[in-house]
Amino acid sequence: MCLAIPGKIVELDSQNPQQALVEVIGVRRRVDLGLLQDEPPVPGDWVLIHVGFAMSKISEADAVDQIRTLTMLGEIDAAMQEVRGYGLEDEERDQSPQRLKR
Amino acid sequence: MKFVDEFRAPELIGKAGEEIRRLADPNRHYRIMEVCGGHTHAIYRFGLKDLLPSNVELIHGPGCPVCVLPMGRIDDGLSLAGKPDFIFAAFGDMMRVPGTHGSPLEYKARGMDVQIVYSPADALKLARNNPEKHVMFFAIGFETTAPSTALTLMRAKAEGLPNFSVFCNHVTIIPAIRAILDSPDMRLDGFVGPGHVSTVIGCRPYDWIAKDEGKPVVVSGFEPLDILQSILMLLRQLRKGEARVENQYKRVVPWEGNRAALRALEEVFELRPYFEWRGLGFISQSALKIRASYAEWDAEQRFAVPGVRVTDPKAAQCGEVLKGVLKPVQCKLFGRECTPEQPVGALMVSSEGSCAAYYNYEHRKPVTIACAAAN
Repeated sequence: MCLAIPGKIVELDSQNPQQALVEVIGVRRRVDLGLLQDEPPVPGDWVLIHVGFAMSKISEADAVDQIRTLTMLGEIDAAMQEVRGYGLEDEERDQSPQRLKR
Repeated sequence: MKFVDEFRAPELIGKAGEEIRRLADPNRHYRIMEVCGGHTHAIYRFGLKDLLPSNVELIHGPGCPVCVLPMGRIDDGLSLAGKPDFIFAAFGDMMRVPGTHGSPLEYKARGMDVQIVYSPADALKLARNNPEKHVMFFAIGFETTAPSTALTLMRAKAEGLPNFSVFCNHVTIIPAIRAILDSPDMRLDGFVGPGHVSTVIGCRPYDWIAKDEGKPVVVSGFEPLDILQSILMLLRQLRKGEARVENQYKRVVPWEGNRAALRALEEVFELRPYFEWRGLGFISQSALKIRASYAEWDAEQRFAVPGVRVTDPKAAQCGEVLKGVLKPVQCKLFGRECTPEQPVGALMVSSEGSCAAYYNYEHRKPVTIACAAAN
């Protein structure tokens, strides 16, 4: 559980500056930015996410390497399950195409 | 070599392996502890041991939060799960960890409201969505995870959310390393330092290991090349008779750590006078307690918790394995009574536990133990 998941900041939450929409391999979820308040990320930045909180900014190259590491460790499915699990069954799902079809 | 061929820069990995073999003094036996369970998993998964000479031995450290949690804490947390209108929320890693009367998953099967969350923030959301119920988040983890719990508690307090609490089992890595170094049956030459814990605490907290204990520490990333480079950096120091703290994982770990995360920890938590670790016993000032200013959201201050102590199953030797005194395969239950499908001890549950890692990646190979544990 101490491996971190890389994601790209897609957009900051206009109503809650502590939250951002982040994309991890095509899956978009809201993550908490509270631990990066000293160096707030902007859209396009890559971050490492741990238990729903962005914990550090990283480069795109390092993000790609981290995804490869998770894949090689056999942890990528668990990581994606974790990311999909963020936000329970709530408004985050509204961002996904499946929800829009309903 | 198993998986490393498929990985990036195999030529660099091979070179690092060669350099390690060149630098390791054949007349010396090196015992290097990788503190973090994530490293243990990576070492087995990538077959890195096969790249090391037989006199460079890796000892698996206590950095798997699920593994070091004593059964009594699980029992204490689950003792509240049966309360009416009560939701026991925890990370998925916890769900199969055995308590005396079953794992959280078994409690769920018996009808108790046990739910998996992937973030402490989602446990908070669960409380918002279920105002008629109390949601208790069973928090585990080292300094990597504790700041997220801290921020969640700060938000619960700011909102004045009455139906949320945290059962806090957060632990800190430095006292555990001290306990291992103080252990009379343990001789170590250096440490591969934890990567993601160090993004929070930085590299300074390891200074005493180098200065007072004379052992080098290299904070490491999780790729095969990271781990091999870290071992190489340790060997270079050992060859020169040096002991310093170095940061191999600079691309993620700032030397000073994450100040915002440290502030959140300071705001919400204080050190417990002592805390029990599986295998290591009671270690003073090794765990975090929720401050009195957050008492309303502290399950231990809010509810009556029995405070049980449970000894591990006698035949299981989790403690010796956790301390690095025994290899997983030297435990009497390993691979027979205790398997990832039917775990007796927590080290077999988590993918970061050395027993599960050993079982999944080493068990089917002929096992050679580099050196007697007593060496």
